[in-house]
Amino acid sequence: MILVLGGLWIGQNINLLPVGASVNAPIYDELFRVLFSIGTILFVGIVGLVVFSLVRFRRKPGQIGDGIALEGNLPLEIFWTAVPAIVVLFVGLFSYDIYERMGGMVPLAHGGHGDSQATEERVWGGIGTAGAMQAGSEMAVLPLPVEVTAMQFAFLFHYPEGDIISGELHVPSGRPISLKMEAKDVIHAFWVPEFRLKQDIIPGQPTLLNFTPTRPGRYPVVCAELCGPYHGGMRSTVVVESADDYDAWFQANRKLPVSEA
Amino acid sequence: MTLTLPQQSKPPSLQPTGWLRYLSFSVDHKVIGLQYLVCGFAFYLIGGALAGAIRTELTSPVADFMPRDVYNQVLTLHGTIMIFLWIVPVVNGAFGNYLIPFYVGARDMAFPRLNAVAFWLIPPAGLLLITSYFITGAAQSGWTAYPPLSLTTPASGQIIWILSVLLLGGSSIFGGINFIATILKMRRPGLKLMQLPMYCWAMLGTSILVVLSTPVLAGTLILLSFDIVAHTGFFNPGMGGNVVVYQHLFWFYSHPAVYIMVLPAFGLVSEILPIHCRKPLFGYTTMVYSIMAIVVLGLVVWAHHMFTSGTPPWMRLFFTIATAFIAVPTGIKFFNWIATLWGGKISLNSAILFSCGFIVNFVLGGITGVALAQVPFDVHVHDTYFVVAHFHYIVYGGSVFVIFASVYHWFPKVTGRMLDENLGRFHFLLTFIGFNLCFAPQHWLGLNGMPRRVAEYDPQFAFVNQISSVGALLMAISTLPFLWNVFASARSGEIAGDNPWRALTPEWLTTSPPPVENWAGEPPLVTHPYGYGIPADQIDLKDASGSDLWSNGR
Amino acid sequence: MTSLSPQDQAVEIQEHHEESHPDHRMFGLATFLVADAMTFAGFFAAYLTFKAVNPLLPGAVYELELPLPTLNTILLLVSSATFHRAGVNLRRSDMQRCRRWLLLTAILGLAFLVSQMVEYFTLPFGLTDNLYASTFYALTGFHGLHVTLGALMILIVWWQCRTPEGRVTADNHFPLEAAELYWHFVDGIWVVLFVILYLI
Ligand code: HEA
Ligand code: HEA
Ligand code: CUA
Ligand SMILES: [Cu+2]
Repeated sequence: MILVLGGLWIGQNINLLPVGASVNAPIYDELFRVLFSIGTILFVGIVGLVVFSLVRFRRKPGQIGDGIALEGNLPLEIFWTAVPAIVVLFVGLFSYDIYERMGGMVPLAHGGHGDSQATEERVWGGIGTAGAMQAGSEMAVLPLPVEVTAMQFAFLFHYPEGDIISGELHVPSGRPISLKMEAKDVIHAFWVPEFRLKQDIIPGQPTLLNFTPTRPGRYPVVCAELCGPYHGGMRSTVVVESADDYDAWFQANRKLPVSEA
Repeated sequence: MTLTLPQQSKPPSLQPTGWLRYLSFSVDHKVIGLQYLVCGFAFYLIGGALAGAIRTELTSPVADFMPRDVYNQVLTLHGTIMIFLWIVPVVNGAFGNYLIPFYVGARDMAFPRLNAVAFWLIPPAGLLLITSYFITGAAQSGWTAYPPLSLTTPASGQIIWILSVLLLGGSSIFGGINFIATILKMRRPGLKLMQLPMYCWAMLGTSILVVLSTPVLAGTLILLSFDIVAHTGFFNPGMGGNVVVYQHLFWFYSHPAVYIMVLPAFGLVSEILPIHCRKPLFGYTTMVYSIMAIVVLGLVVWAHHMFTSGTPPWMRLFFTIATAFIAVPTGIKFFNWIATLWGGKISLNSAILFSCGFIVNFVLGGITGVALAQVPFDVHVHDTYFVVAHFHYIVYGGSVFVIFASVYHWFPKVTGRMLDENLGRFHFLLTFIGFNLCFAPQHWLGLNGMPRRVAEYDPQFAFVNQISSVGALLMAISTLPFLWNVFASARSGEIAGDNPWRALTPEWLTTSPPPVENWAGEPPLVTHPYGYGIPADQIDLKDASGSDLWSNGR
Repeated sequence: MTSLSPQDQAVEIQEHHEESHPDHRMFGLATFLVADAMTFAGFFAAYLTFKAVNPLLPGAVYELELPLPTLNTILLLVSSATFHRAGVNLRRSDMQRCRRWLLLTAILGLAFLVSQMVEYFTLPFGLTDNLYASTFYALTGFHGLHVTLGALMILIVWWQCRTPEGRVTADNHFPLEAAELYWHFVDGIWVVLFVILYLI
C-alpha cells in the first residue's frame, strides 16, 4: 500500500520534463506521470523484494544446509502473469487514448494542404493536432501551413501564405500549425522538446507534423537524427508569439499579398 | 571407472596442447568457448576505451576533444564493437560453447569444425573494423547505418563496416546452427528436453532468432553495399529508392538481436541463482514457455524503433501493443528468479551480487523500454539520451553484469582455482555505482532535450554530462580489480577442487578443469539439474507459502 | 530411502555409452537452408514493399516477357525430378544410373543458367536504371548464384561417384543427399520468385 501511494506521489509530483509549450504537452505529461508512477511502483517493489531476500535469506556464517525445495506455485505464477498483462494492457489503451488526443491517429492520406494542392501527394506519416484537422475544415481557424526543408545542416521554413523564407520558425500562439516537411539530402528530424513532438524528415517522403503552440517564448528546434558531422549543431529556434506580434513579423517579411481564404 | 581417458577416445591429433591451443584452430568446444571469451573481452576493452573517448568529449558542450566526424566514427565503432564483438559472441559463443555440450551430455558440439570456423571469423572481422579507423576512417553513420547517410559518408569506411558485420553475422549463423543441432540432436540417451538446464533453452531460443533474423540483415547489408558500390538505388531516394524499407529490414534483425544479447544472459542467471541459493529454480516450465514467447514476440515488434519514421498509424499501434506484451513473459522470468531467491540460503558472493545487480538494472531498463514502446511517449524521447540510458541499462546493466557474474561462477571450473571474493565484491561495488552514476542521469538528459549522437550540445546539460562521465571513469577503474583478480587467481588462487559450489549441473560432475572429452567415463545423466533443497515435507512451509511472497511486495 | 541425499537422487550414472554419434549434417544443412530462405524472404519483402509504395518513373518497364522464365521454371522443376531419380538409384546402389541422372540434372541446371543469361541480355533495362530494375537483378542474381553453386555441387558429386572408391558410394549417401536437398530448395525459391516477380 505504502509502495503504491508512494509511487503515485512520486509519479505525480516529481517533474523531470521541461516546460510544456503546446497543446499536446499537457496531454503528454499526463501519460508521463502515469508511466512514471507505474514504473516507480514496479521498480521499487522489485528492488525491495530482491534486497529483502538478499538480507533475510543470506547465508549466515557456519550454515551449510540447503534452502527449501520449492519449485512452483500455480496461483502465484498465474498472479504474476496476470498483473503485468493487465498493467501492460492498461498502459497500452491509455497511451492509445493519449495518442488519439494528440492527433496521431488522424488519417494522413490527404495531408493538411489538401485544398491548395490539386494533385494528391502522398504524405508518409506524422501527427495531426488534436482535432485541428477536423476543426480546421469545419471552423474558421485554418491551420497555418509552413513548409519545412531540412538539409545538412539547417532547417528552412517557408510560409506559402506570404512566401517568406526564414531560418527561424515564427508561429502565433493558439493557432494550429501544420508543418509539411521534406529533406534534401539525408534523414533529419524536427524536434521541439517543449512541444513533446518529433518527426523524422525523410528525403523523398514528405511527412507532416501538426501542433498548436500555447506558451509564448523561444524554444529550440533540434535535429534528432544523425545526419553527419554537424548533426549536433543543426539547431534552430521556434518563436511562439502572440497573434499580434506574429502578424507584425509576418507583415514585415512577406513578399506576397495574402489571398484571404 | 578409472581416471584415464577411455580407449575409444580420439587418436592424439596434431593439435597443440599447451596454452598454444588457444591460438590454434582447435575443435574442442571448451577451447573455442574460451577463445570467444578472451577475444570478446579484448574487444570490450577497446569498445570501452572508445566509450571513454565519447564521455571525454561530452564533458564539455563544445566539440573540442576530437573533430566531429571522428566523434561519429568513434560512436559507430563503439556501438558495433560492443554489440557484435563483445556481447553477442560472449553470451552466445563463449558460454554456449563451453557449457552446452556439458549440459546435453555430449563430448563436443555437433559440428566441431564449423564451430572453429565460426570463431575464427571473428578476429579478422574485428581487426578489419578497427584498422579501417586508422587507414581510411571508419564508418560514421552509427551502428544502424541508416541510408542515405551511409551512402553519402565516405564509402571505404562504410564498405569495410558492412564486410565486417557480414562476417560477424555469418559467424553468428554458423554458431546458431551448431547450437540448435547440439541441443536437439546430441542429447545423451535418456535425457529429455524438459530436463535440460535452463541455459539450453535460452540458447535454443536465441539460436532460433539468430537463424531467422540474421540472414535478413545480411541481405539488407548486401543491398546497401550495392547502393554504395554499384550505384543502384534501393535506398537512395534520389534514384527512386525508399529509405524506410532499409529501416524495416534492419530492425527486423536488430530488434531480435537485443534478445540475442539478453536471452542467453537470462539463461546464465537461471544457472547461477539456484546453485548459490541452494534452491531449485522456481517455475521451470513457465520459464521455458516464456523464453519461447519472447522468441515469437521478439520477431514481431521491430517497428518500435521507427515510430517517428513516417510509419502509418495502424502500424504504430500494432507495434506498441506487441512490444509492451514482451513485458509479460519477461516479467514471469523475473518473478521466478525472485521466488528462487526467496527462502534460499544465499551466499552473498560476487556471482550472486552481479546476478542481483543484473535483476535490478534490467528491471529499470525494461520499464523504460515499456515506456518507450508507447508511441506518444517515444515521439518525444526517440533518438535522445533517454534511449541511450534505456539500452545501456539493459546491455550493460543486464548482459555485462551477467557476464561478470558468470566469470565469477565458472572461473573455478575453467581454471581449477577460485577468484578472490573480496576483490570481486569490490569490483561489483565500483561497477554498480559507476554504472548507475553514468547512465541514470542520462534519462533526464533525454527528457529535457539532449539528442543522442552529438559531439556538441546545449550548455545547460554540461553538469549532468560531467556526472555521467565521472560514472564512466569509475566503470573504467572497476575493470582493474577484475583484471588483477583474474590474472592473479589464475596463477595462484585458492585451489577450488572439482565442485566448489556443490552444484548438480553436469559440467561440475567432472574434474576442474575438465578433460578433453569432458568426462573420463560415461557422461552423467542429470535429470534434475536443480535438485537442491530440503524436500518440502521436512520443513515448515508456513514461512514460505506463496501469499506472503507477494503481500510483501505490494 | 530417505537417506539418499538429493544429489544422489538427481545424478545417476548410466552404463550405456554410444560412441560415434549419429550424423547430423543433414539437420544442420536444413537449418542453414531455413536461414538462407530468410535472406530471400528479406529480399522478397523489400521488393514487394518497393512495388507497393514507390511509384515508378514513367518509362520504367514493368511488363516482362514470360516465355523464357516459364521455360526456366520447367527446366528447374524437371531437374528436381531427375535429381530425385539419381537419389533413388543411389539408394538402390545402382551407381551407373545414378551418375546418368546426375549428369542430366547438371545439364538442366546449366541450361537454366544459360537461359537466364539470355534473358539478362535481352532485357531492356540495366542494373541501375531504376528501383525495379535493381531489385529484379538483385533477386534473380542472388538466385542465380545459388543455382551456380548447386550446379557445381552436382558436378562434384558426379565426379565423386564415378568410381567405386569415390567419396559418394552406396554406403555414403551424404554428399549426394545434401546436394539434392539444396537443389530442391533452390527450385522452391525459384517458384516463389517466379510467382512474385513475373506473375504478379
Ligand atoms: C539487450 C538489449 C535490449 C533488450 C533486452 C531490450 C528490451 C526492451 N526494449 Fe530496448 N533497445 C535496445 C536494447 C534492448 N532493449 C537498444 C540497443 C536500443 C536502441 C537501438 C538504437 O536505436 O541504437 C533499444 C531501443 C528501444 C526502443 C526504441 C526507442 C527509440 O529509439 O525511440 C524501444 C521502444 O519500444 C525499446 C523497447 C524495449 C522493450 C519494451 C523491451 C522489453 O523486452 C523489456 C521487458 C522487460 C521488463 C518490462 C522488465 C521485467 C518485467 C517485469 C518486472 C514485469 C512487470 C513490468 C511491467 C508490467 C511493465 N527499446
Ligand atoms: C552493447 C553493449 C554496450 C556496452 C557494454 C556499452 C558500454 C558503454 N557505453 Fe555505449 N553504446 C552502445 C552499446 C554499449 N555501450 C551502443 C549500441 C551505442 C549506440 C551507438 C550508436 O549510436 O550508433 C552506444 C552509445 C553510447 C553513448 C552515446 C553516444 C552518442 O549517442 O553520442 C554513450 C555516451 O555516454 C555510451 C557510453 C558508454 C559507456 C560509458 C560504457 C561503459 O559501460 C564502458 C565501460 C568499460 C570500460 C570503460 C572499459 C575499461 C577499460 C579500459 C578503459 C582500458 C583501456 C583500454 C585499452 C588499453 C585497450 N555509449
Ligand atoms: Cu540533421 Cu541531424
Ligand atoms: Cu527493439
